[in-house]
Amino acid sequence: MNGERFQPNSRRRHRAGTIFKVVCLASIAFSILSLALLLFDVVRDGAGWLSIDLLTHYPSRIPARAGIKSAILGTLWMMGLTAAVSFPIGVGAAIYLEEYAPKNWLSRILQTNIANLAGVPSIVYGILGLAIFVRYFALGRSVLAGALTLALLILPVIIIASQEALKAVPGSLREASYGVGATKWQTIRHHIFPVALPGILTGTILSLSRAIGETAPLIMIGALTFIAFPPMSPMDPFTVLPIQIFNWTAKPQQEFHELAAAAIIVLLVLLLVMNAAAIFLRNRYQKRI
Amino acid sequence: MERTPEPGGAGLIPASSGEEFDLGHRARRRWGERVIAGALFFCGLVSILTTVGIVTVLVTESIGFFREVPIMEFLTGTRWSPLFADQHFGILPLLNGTLLIAFGAMLIALPVGLTSAIYLSEYASLNVRGVIKPMLEILAGIPTVVYGYFALTFVTPIIRTLFPGTGIFNAASGAIVVGIMIIPMVASLSEDALNAVPQALREAAYGLGATKFEVSTKVVVPAALSGVMASFILAISRAIGETMAVTLAAGATPKMTLSFFESIQTMTAYIVQISLGETPHGTLEYSTIFAVGLILFLITLAMNFLSQKVTRRFREVYE
Amino acid sequence: MIDSKLARVTGAAMVLLLPLAACGGGGDVSEDTYELTGMVTIDGSSTVFPISEAMAEEFQIANSGVRVTVGISGTGGGFKKFCGGETDISDASRPIKSSEIELCRENGIEAIEIPVAWDGLTVVRNPANDWATCMTVDELKRVWQPGSSITRWNQVRPEWPDEEIKLYGPDTDSGTFDYFTEAIVGEEDASRDDYTASADDNVLVVGVEGDRGSLGYFGFAYYEESSDKLGAVAIDNGSGCVLPGRETIETGTYAPLSRPMFIYTKAQALAKPQVRAFLQFYLDNATIFVPEVGYVPLDGERYTGLLGTLNAN
Repeated sequence: MNGERFQPNSRRRHRAGTIFKVVCLASIAFSILSLALLLFDVVRDGAGWLSIDLLTHYPSRIPARAGIKSAILGTLWMMGLTAAVSFPIGVGAAIYLEEYAPKNWLSRILQTNIANLAGVPSIVYGILGLAIFVRYFALGRSVLAGALTLALLILPVIIIASQEALKAVPGSLREASYGVGATKWQTIRHHIFPVALPGILTGTILSLSRAIGETAPLIMIGALTFIAFPPMSPMDPFTVLPIQIFNWTAKPQQEFHELAAAAIIVLLVLLLVMNAAAIFLRNRYQKRI
Repeated sequence: MERTPEPGGAGLIPASSGEEFDLGHRARRRWGERVIAGALFFCGLVSILTTVGIVTVLVTESIGFFREVPIMEFLTGTRWSPLFADQHFGILPLLNGTLLIAFGAMLIALPVGLTSAIYLSEYASLNVRGVIKPMLEILAGIPTVVYGYFALTFVTPIIRTLFPGTGIFNAASGAIVVGIMIIPMVASLSEDALNAVPQALREAAYGLGATKFEVSTKVVVPAALSGVMASFILAISRAIGETMAVTLAAGATPKMTLSFFESIQTMTAYIVQISLGETPHGTLEYSTIFAVGLILFLITLAMNFLSQKVTRRFREVYE
Repeated sequence: MIDSKLARVTGAAMVLLLPLAACGGGGDVSEDTYELTGMVTIDGSSTVFPISEAMAEEFQIANSGVRVTVGISGTGGGFKKFCGGETDISDASRPIKSSEIELCRENGIEAIEIPVAWDGLTVVRNPANDWATCMTVDELKRVWQPGSSITRWNQVRPEWPDEEIKLYGPDTDSGTFDYFTEAIVGEEDASRDDYTASADDNVLVVGVEGDRGSLGYFGFAYYEESSDKLGAVAIDNGSGCVLPGRETIETGTYAPLSRPMFIYTKAQALAKPQVRAFLQFYLDNATIFVPEVGYVPLDGERYTGLLGTLNAN
């Protein structure tokens, strides 16, 4: 043993630890503070414009008359169509990948591909939608083109979430079903799918809530036209809440900024409701396995 | 008569029932199974078709662009003015804008995200986590157009008060807001990585007399390095692809600059600008959407691949 | 069973949302003697947009069965769509070019020109800019011409402050751009390219409002709308400084930037009753809404004359 003594330096090391803890807490505080400031800014600007009029009027060049009726209805249409397209395909793909696909190089490529698609910027989906749905399939600047584009955008997320839900189903359930002679599809339909459904629905609702907030792909599809009517069919032109918010935010007048803030409040409430529904679903049905 | 349950049958058939089990159903059921399996396979194929679609669209339309504009000019030119009489097609100003925003966003998101993750994973009690995690999720769920509004109406005025002379459209506002947007992503991915480190490692370090700070920073984080780095890369990729906040707040002037206080233009904001103006289909100007989109797609794709590779390469496997 | 109940609830929830959308289409019960229905598609100049937007809004209030959309693709972009058969009416802040007439003819379309208002293209400055209250056409040309190296105010006039000029203007698809370059620089589409170019005039207004040294140009209505936050630059065309205003635009003394604005339609569109009714509404109410929006209306008689020509078509 050499003659050097080990210096514990406890006090200094513990002080460094305390400083670090403060730094970490400051980071958390920064995030929470940002969130609080953002909500405060939006509510302060927009609360004064919240009224039934906002929901029942169409956009107008006169701020006092303006409302988000066409935008909300467009958003609901968009959400409905997107869900109708993306849910079956997304869940179908997840079932295929989890239950049917042999674990070979092809399914690994599919899996990697899906993970990559989840990371592609939304505006690239907008470019895709513009070229394929608006131009090539000649759907024009319609709700349908927008919904198909958004469906492609959220498909990877739905697939991944559904796969997780299916993976969580205990293998014993499958074995038991096969044991009594059920076919693969019967097993899936009657035993696996119902158990995985809450998780699948949660993932779908969360994906849809992301789709509702998407602006960039829909601007590329629908552009900023003045729309003072709701869609009556999937082929109609449309506007959605995020586009209306963008439109008003870009105007120079303070009143339109405040209108944008009010519209943001409506959008955030809508998102809150959807997320609460998803969480409620997850909690309510999770215990039942 | 002895009855045994037939495989492929509809269910358990009581041995005592006198009914004849109908074997004819079997063929129909097998055919039905095939159809369903085929339909599900097609669903899985949609994702491949999407990728094929993206690549095809971007590449074929860009070919038209590159026939007119030499690729070297595109990749190395420092002026971007496709809509003017004196056309220049150098993408570097747009790339400059994008990377400036991403860099600024990372300055905020990486330290804040990582230290938040360390706190949540190593220090926080379950109650505290139960409060903070939902807040971060809310931060992540806010649409980007709302962040754009926040940037324009709240952040920009503050920056202009602190730094007079800043333009009303400036890169700083966009970068700050994108940074805040990305924090939850860094925090939650890093936290997952930190949580995956086995408790035994921590216990061993404590056993040797390390403080919590030392354990967190010298043992846990290095052990989770692959996951943490992967989260950084994915967050940068997300910042690069961000559109609405920068379109509203950062400006529409493509230029080469390192200043955060000037107006710039990102690749994504340019694409939006062109589609607002509805440049007609088939022109050279229209094809710039696809050329810029191609570069954007390639960059984010490369980063996603990189993050997967980093995860695999640096992953420490514990039993 | 869990799954069928859950599925039913979810299905019901989604189905419930769609009829809500259908409810929205009803609108007011209007007292029209005959219900107009159908769509009117308008696109083109962002300068003319405020007028068309006002007309579209008021017309739809009176005729709830008709749906009118108004886009801002720019004068040039609007014509391409119009000649391609995609729109019924094209907004334009400059007259149609012969190449565009050709393009329309190739598709069997004869464009019918209808002037609707006067604009005084306004050169704007930040209100804190108290030196550049008047500029000559030549000075403007030196700032905006292609390859211009002027980046600071004292390069325009040495007695002006040494501050950076931040430029804002429309992009090349804009009729305002075409008109300004022709009138000021002397050649259509000849402009420097290192400025903030946007098809959305609102972006330009925000830009000029925000920066002390900024200079921009756009339609008079956008200036009028924010005149408390913007300053107009009087133009000296050789006979003194003239500010844009109702009279100077109408009489043309605000030169060379006073210009007529148009909408174009075609026989194929006029064949649709809702388009015809909309255009009649447009011309009937121009004297009310054009000034409200911020532009200068033509003579009342002129509109009546145009209505007559329209009805004859």
